[in-house]
Amino acid sequence: MTIQEPLSITDIVDGLKHKPGALLPILHAIQEQFGFIPESAVGIIAKSLKQTKAEIDGVISFYHHFRTSQPGNHTIELCRAEACQSLGSRSLEAHAKTKLGIDFHHTTSDRKFSLDAVYCLGNCANGPSVRINDDIHGRTTVDKFDRLLEEYSAKSVSA
Amino acid sequence: MTTRIFIPCDTTALSMGADKLVSIFVAEAEKHNSTIEIVRNGSRGMFWLEPLVEIETSNGRMAYGPVEAQDVASLFESGLLTGSQQHPLALGLTEEIPFFKKQQRLTFARSGITDPLSIADYTSLDGFKGLKNALKSSGQQIVDEVKDSGLRGRGGAAFPTGIKWQTVLDVAAEQKYIVCNADEGDSGTFADRLVMECDPYMLIEGMTIAGLAVGATEGYIYLRSEYPVAHRIMNEAISRAEQAGYLGENILGSGRTFNLEVRLGAGAYICGEETSLLESLEGKRGLVRAKPPLPAIVGLFKQPTVVNNVLSFAAIPFILDKGGKAYADYGMGRSRGTLPLQLAGNVKQGGLIEMAFGVSLREIMEEFGQGTYSGRKLRAVQVGGPLGAYLPESQWDTLVDYEEFAAVGAVLGHGGIVMFDETVDMGEQARFSMEFCAVESCGKCTPCRIGSVRGVEVIDKIRAGDDAEKNLELLGDLCETMLDGSLCAMGGMTPYPVGSVMKYFPEDLRAKSISKEVQL
Repeated sequence: MTIQEPLSITDIVDGLKHKPGALLPILHAIQEQFGFIPESAVGIIAKSLKQTKAEIDGVISFYHHFRTSQPGNHTIELCRAEACQSLGSRSLEAHAKTKLGIDFHHTTSDRKFSLDAVYCLGNCANGPSVRINDDIHGRTTVDKFDRLLEEYSAKSVSA
Repeated sequence: MTTRIFIPCDTTALSMGADKLVSIFVAEAEKHNSTIEIVRNGSRGMFWLEPLVEIETSNGRMAYGPVEAQDVASLFESGLLTGSQQHPLALGLTEEIPFFKKQQRLTFARSGITDPLSIADYTSLDGFKGLKNALKSSGQQIVDEVKDSGLRGRGGAAFPTGIKWQTVLDVAAEQKYIVCNADEGDSGTFADRLVMECDPYMLIEGMTIAGLAVGATEGYIYLRSEYPVAHRIMNEAISRAEQAGYLGENILGSGRTFNLEVRLGAGAYICGEETSLLESLEGKRGLVRAKPPLPAIVGLFKQPTVVNNVLSFAAIPFILDKGGKAYADYGMGRSRGTLPLQLAGNVKQGGLIEMAFGVSLREIMEEFGQGTYSGRKLRAVQVGGPLGAYLPESQWDTLVDYEEFAAVGAVLGHGGIVMFDETVDMGEQARFSMEFCAVESCGKCTPCRIGSVRGVEVIDKIRAGDDAEKNLELLGDLCETMLDGSLCAMGGMTPYPVGSVMKYFPEDLRAKSISKEVQL
């Protein structure tokens, strides 16, 4: 698979390593391109920033946003925070898990969807809110959630 | 004649389908042989009406909303382009809508009126006037103006902004930094997002003025990754401001420099705590630092650093334009100026409400909010995000003021108000507070890292009826330990919502199992 090519990771790292506090920008750029942080990236980043692999791993694991495995075609993030709770996000969460047949941090077996929790999308007057890739959807009833799944199922690549 | 149509582009409008409307309006206008110009404006902050479409007429802008794709044809039929009010979605003049008209908008004066990325729009409504005044002033003069305004940090801690700036100004250093905390993680808040999506030059201007005040040439906006729309708009605004000479080297020919860069967070709530945020900006795990030293003295890369919330910086252009006193004329007691409140959760009319301090919580929820979205009875209100207390009805007359809220054991925080109707299970809410703390704790101090996990367990036992009295006492002890022993507000304030449930909604902590037994 070309996405595992260490060369392009090196390109990304070389392009950003001169920034002060470069690690998060580097990790974002890698995840933006590959969808996750491949294991091979850790050594390259560590060498380039003159840090240990443990330090890089430690940063990756600290932040919920960074993933170390390939996600599905579309990443669904359900808001679990209070404002959405007040509008029924708990039952939406239960429905989503049943409908997709997976728990948080997992990907459906057909590789179409990954499901994650998120704590607030800043759309708190129009909840329950759901983010799919970079699109945020408000007033997500169970019916609307099912319609969104159909809509995104038809799109093969994440937007 | 070309008719200007405004379709907002902020996250909430987009989440309700605003993007889809654009092509539908274009197609419908063609059908009617009408010439239209579509402006993607920011949001007026009346979120229950989004997408709120406006038509420019000689009498002012007429509002229609919430507009869905299937409404567009009938809107055209009813004479939308002439501002006709025949359609059921017609709302009259936007600025006469009571929710909007009753507000005192200083910071959000332009939001929703302008195209967020148009510098011409920004300058036509007082934009960059504050910056021009700042360029003519000394650092001390700018800091004095901010002190006169009485502005207190809008992130939640309410520390006087002028004093923080004075500290940084007084420290000699080769390099100082301005850092904007745009890690708006509190549930029920979106004012920072609205600033960045609807009036980004205001934040750029405020931060640039801060740089001029304290002698800092580098600035960072630490933006949460959950805000992709704000990220796109902010980056574009920075690039346009640089091209127009308002940012970068030799600002407006003054010889002064201020560079600004957006840095993305990565889904860690704790990075909204300022020292954790600085660690993250330095490329590390977001572990909280012990204070002192204060970031104002030893901050980013160990240099003196102003760290302020988006709303604090956003208040600065007004203060430097109209004067600190003009800002301080609003408000009550030691809470001067206005606070952009965010009304959210189970509310009929949610959105952004900017008011001078001193309005009552009840007025916000009843007159602006018009009650709950579900139509059921309101039961509890959480103010100030996940670390804020739940207020029972007996406290709803509390005035919006930092000290008034502190007096009832609550916090105003970043101004988020989340309403819950009578179906809420407050025991579940208390459990969630502990659960959230366990998920988001940075792990550095024990009361927060371990206390939160034990908190979930103890609440589960209480709710299961397992030695409830003893465990309630234990929960009280645990809250006290977390409050007194935690390094920062994460563990130190999680007891606020939990304690408020214990105190004001005790029946929910235990009733479940007991009532089940009774039913059996």
